[in-house]
Order: sequence, then C-alpha cells, then structure tokens
Amino acid sequence: MAGASASVSSFADAGADLQLVGITKRFPGFTAIEDLDLTIPAGSFFALLGPSGCGKTTTLRLVAGLEEPTSGQILIGGKDVTATKPYQRPVNTVFQSYALFPQMSVLENVAFGLRRRHIPDPVGKAHEALRLVELDHLAARRPTQLSGGQQQRVALARAVVNRPALLLLDEPLGALDLKLRRQMQLELKNIQTEVGLTFVHVTHDQEEAMTMADTVAVMNKGRIEQMGAPEELYELPRTAFVASFLGQSNLFTGEVVETTATSIAVDVAGNRIVVPTARAARHSGTVTIGVRPEKVILHPGEPVLDAGQNLVGPGRVIDVSFSGVSTQYIVEVPFLGPVIVFAQNMVFGPVVNFGAEVWLSWSVDHGFGLADDPSDAPRFAADTDTVAIALQRREALAVELED
Amino acid sequence: MAITAFTAATSAVDAPKRRSKVALFLLLPGLLYLALFFLVPLVSLVITSLQVPDPAVFGRYTTAFNIQMYGEVIAEYGTQILRSFFYALLATIFALLFSYPLAYFIGVKVRRWPILQGLMIVLVIAPFFISFLLRTLAWKSILSDDGVVVSALKGLSLLGSQDHFTGTPAAVVFGLTYNFIPFMCLPLYTTLERLDVRYLEAASDLYSRPFHTFRTVTLPLSLPGIVSGTLLTFIPAAGDYVNASSQFLGGSSSTMIGNVIQSNFLVQLNYPAAAALSIILMAIILVIVAVYVKRSGTDDLV
Repeated sequence: MAGASASVSSFADAGADLQLVGITKRFPGFTAIEDLDLTIPAGSFFALLGPSGCGKTTTLRLVAGLEEPTSGQILIGGKDVTATKPYQRPVNTVFQSYALFPQMSVLENVAFGLRRRHIPDPVGKAHEALRLVELDHLAARRPTQLSGGQQQRVALARAVVNRPALLLLDEPLGALDLKLRRQMQLELKNIQTEVGLTFVHVTHDQEEAMTMADTVAVMNKGRIEQMGAPEELYELPRTAFVASFLGQSNLFTGEVVETTATSIAVDVAGNRIVVPTARAARHSGTVTIGVRPEKVILHPGEPVLDAGQNLVGPGRVIDVSFSGVSTQYIVEVPFLGPVIVFAQNMVFGPVVNFGAEVWLSWSVDHGFGLADDPSDAPRFAADTDTVAIALQRREALAVELED
Repeated sequence: MAITAFTAATSAVDAPKRRSKVALFLLLPGLLYLALFFLVPLVSLVITSLQVPDPAVFGRYTTAFNIQMYGEVIAEYGTQILRSFFYALLATIFALLFSYPLAYFIGVKVRRWPILQGLMIVLVIAPFFISFLLRTLAWKSILSDDGVVVSALKGLSLLGSQDHFTGTPAAVVFGLTYNFIPFMCLPLYTTLERLDVRYLEAASDLYSRPFHTFRTVTLPLSLPGIVSGTLLTFIPAAGDYVNASSQFLGGSSSTMIGNVIQSNFLVQLNYPAAAALSIILMAIILVIVAVYVKRSGTDDLV
C-alpha cells in the first residue's frame, strides 16, 4: 500500500502503461466483458470505440476501480491494482455525467483532488487548469450555473489538473457543439502531447476516435474486434463489424475460385472480384471481401479497363443523396445487392441521375478480405434465463451483505 | 418538505408580478382558515397574557395591560424554559445520530432492491399506527423500577438498589428521542434517496477516502434533509409535555415548559401566566429557527 499511496501523493512524471489481463465482468443477467486482454503503452492516446452496450464504459470503470472484475488482473505501470480502491489509483476520470459537486464552486471542484493529495498551491494550480479550458473567469460560479459544454470543460480541468498517470475519458465531448468539440479535441491532444500522459478515451464517435487517437480499439459485445492505428483499421478492417462500424463498406461473400502468388479471385454471384493476398485474411473456402465506397468509381457506359481493376455491372442507380463534399449513390447490381459509391463533387449536380445504368470499378489494391467466418455463430450464449439471473442476484446480495 | 423548500431558496427567481383575481379567490379558503385558526387564537392568547385577576372571583380575569406578567413568569420558570431547550437539543442530536445511518442505509444502500426499501420505510413509519401516548406508557412500564431493564441493570450492579430510571432527565430525553426519530428519519431519507452516487464515485476517483467523501460530499448534499429533520424534531420536542410528565417518563426534577403551561392552564387556572409562557416559548422557537435556517441556508456553512 505504501507504493500506491506514494504514487498518488505526487504528480506523475509521465504516463503509465495500462495492462488488462484476462478481464471478465459479469452483471446479473449478462456478460459485459469476456476475457479481455489489452495493453496500452505509456504516453499513448488510446481510443476505445464501440456502440453503446459493448462494454467500453465498463472497461473504463474497471480501470478506475469503480467496478471490480469478476476475474482477471489490472496493472498500471506494471503494478497490480486489481484489489485497490479508486482513491488509491493514480487514475482520474472525466465522467460522462460530469459529476461536478453541486455544492462547491468551480474552483473548489478543480482543486478537490489536489487538496486530497496535499499538493502545494492547489488554488493556483486550479486556476491554471481553468485557464487551460478558458473558464477561469467563471471560477467562482457553481457548476449548475454553467452550460453543459462549460461543465464538461470543468470536468476535464478537474481531472487533468491532477496530472494522473492515466486519464480516462468517458465520452467527454458528447455534449459539445461541433465547433467547441473540434476545439476541445485539439486541446485534449495538445495536453496529451505536452504532458505525455496516457489517455484512454471511450467514445462511440468513430470520427473523434480516428482524429484524436494514436491507437483505436474497436469493441463489440465485450471483446476487442480489432486494434491498431486509425489508418490501418480503416484501410484494412479485419471483421465485418469493424468494416461497417468504422465508416461504411461494401461487403461481398463468395467462394475463392483462383489463387495466384499475389492475389485471390472470389466468385460473387457470377462476378469475379480479385483481392491481393496480403490484404486478405482468409485464402480459401467461403470468404467475405469488401471495398470502401469512396474507392469505387462510377462509369455511365461499360469501360475498357487495364489489368488490376475489378469491374461489376451493369447496375441501376436507386438512390442519389448530395452531402456537400461528395454525393452518395446506391447502385443495385443484380445478384450482388446494393453497392454504395461516394463520388467527389467535381462538377455541378450529380454525374449520373436516378435510374441510370452504370458500371462500377475499383482498383484491386483497394479491396480487403475479412477474417470473419461468414457462418460464425453469435458470440456468447445468452445467460438471460430466469435461473441464471436469480443465481447471480443472490450472489450479488450475499456479497453486499458481507460488506 | 416545505421546510426544505425555503432553506434552498437562496437564489429564488422573482415570481411574476401580475396580480390575478382568480389566484386571490383560490387562496381565500386558506386565508380564512389561517385567520380563523391561527390569527384569532394568537391575538386572544396575547390578550389573555396581559389580563389581571379579578379580585372577587378566583379563576376569572379582566382585560388589562399587565406586561409585568412576562417578567414574572421568566423569573419563576426560567429553569424550566432553559431545561426544555436543552432536552430538545439533546433529543435532536441523538435522533440525528441514530437516524442518519438508518436513513442512509435505506435510501442509498438498499436502493437496488425497491421492495426491501419500501418495507424498511414502512417499518420506520409503523410506530405511528399506535398512539404515541400508548407507546410512551409502554416504555414507562419497560423502564419501571420492577421492569426487566432496571432489574437486570441492578442485578449487574450497574444501578444501585435505590436507583430509578423513570423520572430522571435521562428517561425524558430518551422518550423524546424515541418519539421523534421518525420525524428525523423521513426527511433525511427523502434527501438521501435522491443522492446521486456518481458524486461519491467522482470523489473517490479524486483520491478522497470514504470518510472525507462523507464529510465533503454526502453531508453537504443531505443538508436540506438534516435541516428539516432537526426542525421537525426540535420544535415539537421543546414544547412537549407528555414525556416529561410525571405520569409518563418524567419527574419533578425534569419538568419542561410544556408541563408548566399545562399545569398553569388546567390546574392553577392561572391563564395569563400560561398564555405568557406560551408566547415566550413561541417567540424563542421562532428566533432559534430563523437563525438556524438563515445560517444553514448560506453557502459557507460547511
């Protein structure tokens, strides 16, 4: 315990790395996280991205110490903190609900953690942190007198001022408007590079995750589907979930019909689509392959293409929607299903009109093959039957009564 | 809680200034009620307190302006007045110490099991189903000299063979505490039940140990409940005349102001003295409550 209290009584010199080993968390009636292994290197800006209910907030709460894992270990800077209380961990959280103390002034809220750790000059440092989020002029106000965006910035200041080894951000920019959000994203990124702290950012906003983080982990149903640099995840998604959650994808399933040294050819309902072997995770049997909509080119007539291009068509344009920077077309290709195409707006108005007959092509190098087995069973068996719930409730009650 | 409402009104928004005849009309029954059952008795009490005895008939008084009566009763019953407020203060403190953990347990810890929570709150209120005179009498027999408690304590030599418990100040304070615990517990429960535990999580995340979190977060956030609970206990306890009565738990050394007023009105038929004491009691309570609410309503109390 002496080590842990020493680490919370001073500012962290640098971020610490975070290691989750075999973490499982069960709640009565459902499993939030299943056997999660994760290592976040010190000083990185890590984003945990996923839809609501995927277990990302639970992961964050486990790291903060607000929940106890059912099994597994949590290590911060190499030290096992699984059994320690939240106030003993060198971790601070920016809560989704802000959780600013309503009975204290903004300044006292920010100085709270500093005072608890007996850091010299808490008021001066709190003012400094408030200046960082441009709210120093409101230091004397109560949190309830601030707008949602201002409260969020105070919550950020309250956590950052402690210079924790690990800063946890639970959808911290959700209540901000677009302009302030961009500004805060830059600000956060600046703070992170300046201080060198480890940031773990939980969000369901894929754009935010990709613009801010060095490493993004896409989480689904209590597991990490894929982890890597944002470009890597976008260019080479490994699962159907990642391919469709992170941006949009056109996915096709078919049999591998030909394999060469550098590429595989897949027969999708009579269309031959080629994918580089290096960009495909599976090389035989039934596979799912895909291409990003902005990589697909529309042709009003059947084009003559060089080698190294995939061509499908003809198909019919069934939807055209203009979105400023680009126009999104949905093309219904017989036996292939709808294909989404993003075309840059180089000329006025859509290039092709609703109902037009078009051919689609894309470079072979832009295709990717997924690691998913298209016939995969659902991840975990539902444990929502009444017996399971009753049993887990009783266990929870027994634990509660022991406390 | 009406009392909670006015303690929190530090920055109340100005009500619309527009007068409406409908509003006045709707207020009429309430105003009539207040005039008839509060204002008239109050004025009559003031008039009674200033009366002088009729020299011819005992127990009859004529209207006068005998302001000296106030000085006389203060001189004569000063001890009982002070004692009443001291006992009420003790009972309020004990009731708070007893009720806060109880209310916290029901309002926060049991929150996840609403049925259990409802059951426990019913248990707190359940004593109200029996008249509090009966309950106090029951305590009198439990604590009487040949009752189980006292004979057990005597058997253990913790009490001498000549000692009593009923009739002592301790018994009166015990009775007051017991009788007012639900009044303390319910307002505390209503504020603690709404306590957002995310504040406690945030404090814990900011390196605060449980005791410090309680002192800096839980306690200030439950202040409205503490204020209304202590007022609901202190005010009636200060004027209580049942517990301190010698027919119940009190004795001659523990007489409170309520007993003095009762005996002046009903036994000695000294109406002016009783009325003057009632007004003094009311005035003191009003001052104490005003100061207390003002202080606890300010932001810098905690």
